[in-house]
Amino acid sequence: MSFQPVHFYQTGTFTVGNRLLSPEERSVQANLERTNSLNSGHRACQGCGEALGARYAIDAAMNAARGRLIAANATGCLEVFSTPYPETSWQIPWIHSLFGNTAAVATGIAAAIKVKRQQGQMADVRVVAQGGDGGTTDIGFGCLSGMFERNDDVLYICYDNGGYMNTGVQRSSATPPAARTATTMPVGPEPGNAFGQGKFVPAIAMAHEIPYVATATVADLRDLEHKVTKAMGIRGARYIHILVPCPLGWGAASQDTILLARLAKETGIFPVFEAEHGEVTGVLKIRRQQPVDAYLKLQKRYAHLFGKKPAVETIARLQAAADKNIRKYGLLDQEAN
Amino acid sequence: MLKQTEGSHAVAEAVALCRPEVICAYPISPQTHIVEGLGEMVKAGEVENCEFINVESEFAAMSVAIGSSATGARTYTATASQGLLFMVEAVFNAAGLGLPIVMTVANRAIGAPINIWNDHSDSLSQRDCGWIQLFAETNQEALDLHIQAFKLAEEVSLPVMVCMDGFILTHAYERVDVPTQEQVDAFLPPYEPRQVLDPKEPVSIGAMVGPEAFSEVRYLAHAKQMQALERIPELAEQFKAVFGRDSGGLTHSYLTGDADTIVVAMGSVLGTIKDTVDEMRAAGEKIGVLGITSYRPFPIDNVRAALQNAQRVVVLEKSLAVGIGGILSTDVRMAMSGLQLHGHTVVAGLGGRAITRKSLATLFAKATRGELGHLTFLDLDWNVVNKQLERERTTRRSGPAAESMLRDIGVVAARIG
Amino acid sequence: MDKPFAITLDPGSSLANRTGSWRTSRPVYLDRLPPCNKQCPAGEDIQGWLFHAESGDYESAWRHLTKDNPFPAIMGRVCYHTCEGACNRGRLDEAVGINSVEHFLGDEALKRGWKLTPPASDSGKHVLVVGAGPSGMSAAYHLRRFGHRVTVYEAGPLLGGMMRFGIPKYRLPRDILEAEMQRVVELGVTVKLNNKVENILDTMREGKFDAAFLAVGAHIGKRAMIPAGDAAKVIDAISLLRSMEGEDKPMLGRRVVVYGGGNTAIDVARTAKRMGAEPLIVYRRTREKMPAHDFEVEEAMQEGIMVKWLSTIKQAHESSLTIEKMALDSKGFPQPTGEFETIEADSLVLALGQDVDLGLLEGVPGLQVSDGVVQVGANMMTGHPGIFAGGDMVPAERNVTVGIGHGKQAARHIDAWLRDEEYTPPPQREVAVFENLNTWYYADAPKTVRPMLDIIRRQSTFDEVQGGLDESNALFEARRCLSCGNCFECDNCYGVCPDNAVIKLGPGKRFQFNYDYCKGCGMCVAECPCGAIKMEAEEI
Repeated sequence: MSFQPVHFYQTGTFTVGNRLLSPEERSVQANLERTNSLNSGHRACQGCGEALGARYAIDAAMNAARGRLIAANATGCLEVFSTPYPETSWQIPWIHSLFGNTAAVATGIAAAIKVKRQQGQMADVRVVAQGGDGGTTDIGFGCLSGMFERNDDVLYICYDNGGYMNTGVQRSSATPPAARTATTMPVGPEPGNAFGQGKFVPAIAMAHEIPYVATATVADLRDLEHKVTKAMGIRGARYIHILVPCPLGWGAASQDTILLARLAKETGIFPVFEAEHGEVTGVLKIRRQQPVDAYLKLQKRYAHLFGKKPAVETIARLQAAADKNIRKYGLLDQEAN
Repeated sequence: MLKQTEGSHAVAEAVALCRPEVICAYPISPQTHIVEGLGEMVKAGEVENCEFINVESEFAAMSVAIGSSATGARTYTATASQGLLFMVEAVFNAAGLGLPIVMTVANRAIGAPINIWNDHSDSLSQRDCGWIQLFAETNQEALDLHIQAFKLAEEVSLPVMVCMDGFILTHAYERVDVPTQEQVDAFLPPYEPRQVLDPKEPVSIGAMVGPEAFSEVRYLAHAKQMQALERIPELAEQFKAVFGRDSGGLTHSYLTGDADTIVVAMGSVLGTIKDTVDEMRAAGEKIGVLGITSYRPFPIDNVRAALQNAQRVVVLEKSLAVGIGGILSTDVRMAMSGLQLHGHTVVAGLGGRAITRKSLATLFAKATRGELGHLTFLDLDWNVVNKQLERERTTRRSGPAAESMLRDIGVVAARIG
Repeated sequence: MDKPFAITLDPGSSLANRTGSWRTSRPVYLDRLPPCNKQCPAGEDIQGWLFHAESGDYESAWRHLTKDNPFPAIMGRVCYHTCEGACNRGRLDEAVGINSVEHFLGDEALKRGWKLTPPASDSGKHVLVVGAGPSGMSAAYHLRRFGHRVTVYEAGPLLGGMMRFGIPKYRLPRDILEAEMQRVVELGVTVKLNNKVENILDTMREGKFDAAFLAVGAHIGKRAMIPAGDAAKVIDAISLLRSMEGEDKPMLGRRVVVYGGGNTAIDVARTAKRMGAEPLIVYRRTREKMPAHDFEVEEAMQEGIMVKWLSTIKQAHESSLTIEKMALDSKGFPQPTGEFETIEADSLVLALGQDVDLGLLEGVPGLQVSDGVVQVGANMMTGHPGIFAGGDMVPAERNVTVGIGHGKQAARHIDAWLRDEEYTPPPQREVAVFENLNTWYYADAPKTVRPMLDIIRRQSTFDEVQGGLDESNALFEARRCLSCGNCFECDNCYGVCPDNAVIKLGPGKRFQFNYDYCKGCGMCVAECPCGAIKMEAEEI
């Protein structure tokens, strides 16, 4: 991985900032002057991972683009909680069109910018498209794939909370196996989502051989910012898939949002990596490996696995899936750190 | 410059003269020749500073158009039929956001059964989407309406559909007068967006609006169309001043002054109707024609004024509101509200069925005699229909109606015996 | 821009929506008491001075440290640093090397010639300090800083008390000791050496002192009742160590037996080794029961010092000792076995503890003595108003750090007493326990070990055994501090708040919550590495 964490002791590179780091080593979020692209007063739930992830990502993109950024936003929690009339939380030029067309809207914005630049009517403004997992992996997937294959100059950011949370926690194609949602209940014998379904869009994005694909979580801010910054330095279609825990949909405590994102990574359930032109070029190693139970038990959407008779086999399948990720992406490194 | 060219190509040239900045292209018959033509012109450098984007669907085409228009680029796309329906959600959205996109609809029937030929079902299905809809009678008017459409769209900040009959116009080679770039530039100023995505002045476009303001937002959309109702004739006047032609406007009246019977229609069929009317006039029949160019906004006052001295009105439309009858007729009858007129709806030309002068002559003669019913399906094969209806009366499930009827008329039967 | 009604909105306008009203509990910043600070007998703000050291600002670190303890170079060598045992980092990997950083800071101050801060004002009061040991000099320093005139009466010829006469050079080089003592004197403290106070009341009256702090130490070596022949050479450990400071080094012979199991016994044995002798420690119990600090026993054994466990000395002869073997009973007490043996010995050093010379207190009304030590209240005052006492002469653990702590505490109470007030210590803060921390944020970093002198020189010279850290590894070690319970401005709360409800006040100024928008999710508390935020129920 090209990204070398700053070797630093008292606080390492794991905190948001550090009074002891030189300014250029500090994160965007540590900056007094950060954009706060998504400002206070939004109506996200307490401890919302998506609100956090969006500010992390867009502030980093704003920093990389020197403030010249336009965002297109899919329908969903992020849109609803940020822009109910008469107030918007966005401090950047921002447009919401539909649930399923965000990548295409962004393509249009990028095309307009290109033409306006040719005519000397606009500076080099960059484009970000963003949406939740429903708007990305399900309904917006066609437009997303189209944007990818044309290699349009758009950074698409998916905030993955594993379901349709805005409409009351329904299953999406990003809902993980065994997780319970309002619509997995009626399907099949188990209350949780079936195994062997769903799709991992980062891998599909890689299949388009676009210049850059990465995954990240809200638990590793520096890694996330590094990836956004790197993506902003590249032209063409780019995709970043950020895991953003949802206290409401996951049935978790509001203060555990970052902890859950961290556990998703540390268990191997959510592989954090980056890829260029279809090939994995770096992984964020597991630092303190944890069994999947540590992650599952904090969430009511998995509570049915831990009743009086724990669903040992289901938990073992989830562990096996995490282990497979660990093998596939090489997430464990004895020499880590 | 006068030239003999295909309708689609004439439109492509008109759009090119309007200096579009973003063009979204997705193939669907019978619109495809337009974007192909534009693509060639962009490639050849005849259209400068223009991004030509091959999208993956009509939904994407309109979505890309939304993005580029909101970023201040003059944006164009074209579609038809299923394509229009596939982009419907974005079509409504573009209007709701007030984005002045111009789109050609090469009118075509909607399946099932799938059918590529002309009628007006597609754009009329978008009656309430908030777009302005202008219908061209000829290829010249199709060309001219595109130039007017950009100006209108950008002035009132609403998207405009220019509707032209698929194949009948799009694929017809006719003589058209293609204006010069200087003329178009004199008529159409550069696009100055009402709202734009720009880091220099960041705004959030597309907020969620609740019950406290939604009605007002919708009323304002209506009010903008009412403004357009005033602007459309003015633009036609301006157009005439620059280009020397009558084109566009809200309606075209033909021999309606003293007419007892007035036929109302939209699009290319008006030519055939006028020919028929000419013949009937020669025979002493007081009959006239009202062509509607602006379907949305619908010019109620103009229509009413044109019809108020007649005794009967025949609305001949290439569309069907299944379960009630006419679509255009409903609007015309609203304009006739309070007038003591006989009104007739004639559904004709669905899915490309030819509308012949002979059929029209028979139809209009019947109308003038007072023998035409409220709802008529022109040239319907009653033999086939009745057989099928009979089958359905005896057996509740009779298989696919279309196939049965094709068998009845011999098309399938001939092939499979 | 001609913005359409309702659909298009002005940027950042959501500030009108005060989401703070959603909150049912609120985060508040607090400074918890780090366990090291809580543990320190000298009351040092260890986390506080490490904070400065972490940024390489050693002078600020030293100044912060010396607010509580003026002797970091001495502390860094002789303190038994129980703070490190309490250090939360010990549960993560290894405790922070607090003592080694203190050692570095102390040496750095001496190298750079940093001076202690002189008093800002003069109170006009005059305080007598009896004894120039750690406790007395600590009190003198603090009293002087409060603006009082201070005169120290010292019976011996040099400053330092037990630090000089009880701790061998190889643990505390004398130039270091002298330098830190002199720095206190330079603050304007008057010292009268070779000036034994025979009667405290007389001395106070004669010198017109307004108060006195007694810290005479415990210098009288305890003698066990061992029958000894006239020719047998038997001396006590304290006398031996004291004589090491003089011109005439004691003649111990080759075979030196040291009797005892405390730190002093180890000091004596290691001193004898360096004088060319072959010392043998005789101790009546086992290694596990030995009161000497483990690391000292370990170092002594590395240097080749032998120990005879479970043995008592029954009789001393001219060149031999009679030893009785012991056995531990079920309660762990040594019991005689009746088995005897004889070992050769040129001299016997008794390291069996020390007593206090309380001669100066005779006839002082109200003063209470029991078990050979002076009784004091929580304010360090004896039963006689105006006379305070501390260090080895009061009931407490006897070591340098405790003595220094007594000096500071006594000075505070004396200062208050002189103004007819009572010193009330600030309320005890809640302790920052390991569970308050989010240790994810601390990178793994093993402890830096200070260099040790090579074994040959340890056996033959009085050179200092334990070296110091250099600047780079002192910095590394300082940065291992977890800053338990005290904000170190890592920006985590500022970063992790999904509602931008944390206001960053700028370097050194920490943060503030913006309760207009804080929804009370608690993420800042969960992700604060050092436990410097807690949730409090909102009054609704």
